[in-house]
Amino acid sequence: MAQAAEIDIASVTKRYGPEAVAVDSVSLKIKAGSYCCLLGPSGCGKTSTLRMIAGHESISSGDIRIGDVVVTDLPPARRPTSMMFQSYALFPHLDLVDNVAFSLKVKGVPKAERRAKALEMLTLMGLEPYAERRPAQLSGGQQQRVALARALITNPQALLLDEPLSALDPFLKVRMRQELKRLQRDLGITFVHVTHSQEEAMALADLVVVMSDGRIEQAAPPREIFRRPATAFVARFMGDHNVLSGRVAAIDDDGATLALPDGVSFRTPKDPRLTLGEPAEIAIRRDRIAIGEATAPGFGVTGLVKNIEYRGGSMKVTLDAPGVEEFTVYADEDVFDGKPHAVGDAVPLAWALADVHVLAPPTH
Amino acid sequence: MRSMVEEARRSMTAIEAPSDILETPAPTMRRRASRRLASYLQAAPLALILGAFLLLPIAAIVIVSFWDYDSVQIYPDFVTLNYAETLGSWVTWRTFFNTVKFVVLVWAISLFVGFWVAYFLAFHVRTVKMQTALFLLCTIPFLTSNIIRMISWVPFLGRNGLLNSALVDLGIVPAPLEFLLFSEFAVVLAMVHLYALFMVTPIFNTLVRIDRSLVEAARDAGASATQILTNIIIPLAKPGIAIGSIFVVTLVMGDFITVRFMSGGQSASVGLMIANQISLLQYPAAAANAVVLLAVVLMMVAAILRIVDIRKEL
Repeated sequence: MAQAAEIDIASVTKRYGPEAVAVDSVSLKIKAGSYCCLLGPSGCGKTSTLRMIAGHESISSGDIRIGDVVVTDLPPARRPTSMMFQSYALFPHLDLVDNVAFSLKVKGVPKAERRAKALEMLTLMGLEPYAERRPAQLSGGQQQRVALARALITNPQALLLDEPLSALDPFLKVRMRQELKRLQRDLGITFVHVTHSQEEAMALADLVVVMSDGRIEQAAPPREIFRRPATAFVARFMGDHNVLSGRVAAIDDDGATLALPDGVSFRTPKDPRLTLGEPAEIAIRRDRIAIGEATAPGFGVTGLVKNIEYRGGSMKVTLDAPGVEEFTVYADEDVFDGKPHAVGDAVPLAWALADVHVLAPPTH
Repeated sequence: MRSMVEEARRSMTAIEAPSDILETPAPTMRRRASRRLASYLQAAPLALILGAFLLLPIAAIVIVSFWDYDSVQIYPDFVTLNYAETLGSWVTWRTFFNTVKFVVLVWAISLFVGFWVAYFLAFHVRTVKMQTALFLLCTIPFLTSNIIRMISWVPFLGRNGLLNSALVDLGIVPAPLEFLLFSEFAVVLAMVHLYALFMVTPIFNTLVRIDRSLVEAARDAGASATQILTNIIIPLAKPGIAIGSIFVVTLVMGDFITVRFMSGGQSASVGLMIANQISLLQYPAAAANAVVLLAVVLMMVAAILRIVDIRKEL
C-alpha cells in the first residue's frame, strides 16, 4: 500500500464570481495517516475544499501541497489522491470488475492483468460473488464498497470521500462507518471525509474541521470540539451547548460577569479575550446543568418548562428563561424521575463555573 | 401480526363468500364482465387507430402485391409474378444498392454532426435556458416545408448560384462546380439537412441524462478526454444513437422526393422507383416493391435493436 501523505492547505480561496466566495482563505494541515472530517451545514464550502484537494475544482488563490508535491495546478490524475463521489458515480454500463479496473484500463494495463487485480480488490471488499454484475443490481452498501474498491485500486496516498454515507439508511450508515474507520486504520493512508453529520464526524475523525460560510470555525480533535467549542457557531452546530450572549459587566480576579438583557447576569471563568463593556458569548454544556436545584447567584437561572422529550437514558427539557431565547437541559432519566417537572413549571437551573466555557467574542 | 390480520381477513371472506354466491350471483358476474369490458374499451382507441391506419393499409398492400395487372387495369388474383419481376430485375438490385448507399452516407454524416451538436448542447452549454434556446434554433428549418427547404438549395448550389459565383469570384475554382446541384452530393447534403435533427434529439436526450460525476470519476481515475469519450460517454449515449439511427435509416430508405428533386432525375431510390410505378398505374408491382422495402427496413431496424438495447431509454 502507498505511503500516507500529509495535506497542507495554505490560504486557499475559491471564488465562483466576483461576489460568490465559496471558500475564503482557508488554511489547514492534515497529518499523514489521519482521518479528517470536514463538517458543516450545506453551502459552507466543505465540498469545494475537498474538490480542490482532489483537483476537480480550480483554486482561485492559495496552494495545496500533498506529501512533497505542490498540486495546485495538477490535474486529478497526477495527484496522489483518489476521490469517492457522493452518489458513488459507478459506471452503469460496466460490470464491477471493469468499474474497479477502470483506472488501470486508462493507464494501458493489459486486460487479463487489470481484471485479476480488480478481482483481488473486490475479494478484499467481500464483493467477489457479484463481480460480473452491474452496479444497478447491487444494494447501497455494496455499491459503496465498489466505489471504495475503485478509489483504492490506484494506491492513493489520500482518499477523499464526499458525503460517503449520506445515501445509506441509518443502520447501514453505522455499519459502513465502522468499516470506513477500520479500512483507514488498516491502510494507514490519509482520509478526508466531508459530512454534515456531527455524529459521523465525532465517531470517525481524528481531526474535525467545522466550517461555516467558507471559513474554518475550528479544527480540533472531536473531544475538544465537543468540550471546548471555539465559537458560538461551533457550539450551536454541535448542538450540545446552550449559547448565551451578553456584555461583560465586570472583570475581577475570579473571572467576569456577563450581563444579559432582562437584568440577568452570569459568571464566567477568567479569559483574556473578555473586555469590559464589550459583547461576549459563553457556552454551557446541556448535560452538566442540574435541574430543580438551588441556584447560586451567577450560576443559574429559573426557566419555564416548554417541552420535554425522552432521549433514551436522559430527558431533553427545553425551557424559556429571561435573557435567553431557548435553554435546553439534558437531565439524567433517574434524576429527573426523582424530581419530575411538567410543561409550564418554573424550575431553577444550576451549573458550576467549570462548565461555563467562554467562546470567541462575536466579530460583528 | 400481519399474518394474523391476513388470516382474519381470509376467514371473513370465507364466511361472506357463500352468501354472496347464493344471494347475488348475477350482479357479481355482471360486475366482473363490465370490468372486463371497461379495459377493452380503454384499449380500443389505440387498437382502432393502429388497425385502421397501420394494419389495414399494410394488409391491402400485401394483398395487392399478389394481384395481376396490365396497362389499364388490375385484376384480383394470386400470382407471384410481381415478386419474381421485382427480385429478378437487376434495376431493383441496383436501386436498392443505391438507396442503401444513401442510407450509409446520410447516417454516418448525421451521426457525426448530430453527436457533436448534441454533445455541445449537453456538455458545453451551461444553462438550461440557453440549451432550450439553442435547441429551438436547431428546429428552425422545420418551420418551413420540406419542398421549400429543398428548393432553397437551388439558388445556393446551382451553376450560377451563390456558392459557385463566390468560389469563381475568389479565384478558388476556374469554372463553376457542376457536382454541387442535381447530383448524389446534393441528395446527401439535402438529406443530412433534413434528417440530422432526428439524430440530435435522441442523442441529446441521453447525453443530458449522464451523471456529471461519472465524467469526474473517470477523470479522477486518470482518463484523458478521449478516453472519457470512448469509455463513458459514447457507451452511455448508445441508446440515443440507436434511436436516432432508426429515424434516419427509415426516413432515408423511404425517401423519394429528395432524391428526385436534388438529383435532378439522375439518381434513383426504392421510394422513387415505387413512385414511378404508381404513376404508371402498376399498383401490384409497386405493392410488391413496397413489401420488399418494408422487409428490408424492418431487418435494418432489427439489426440496430440487436446491437443496442434501447428499452431502458423508453
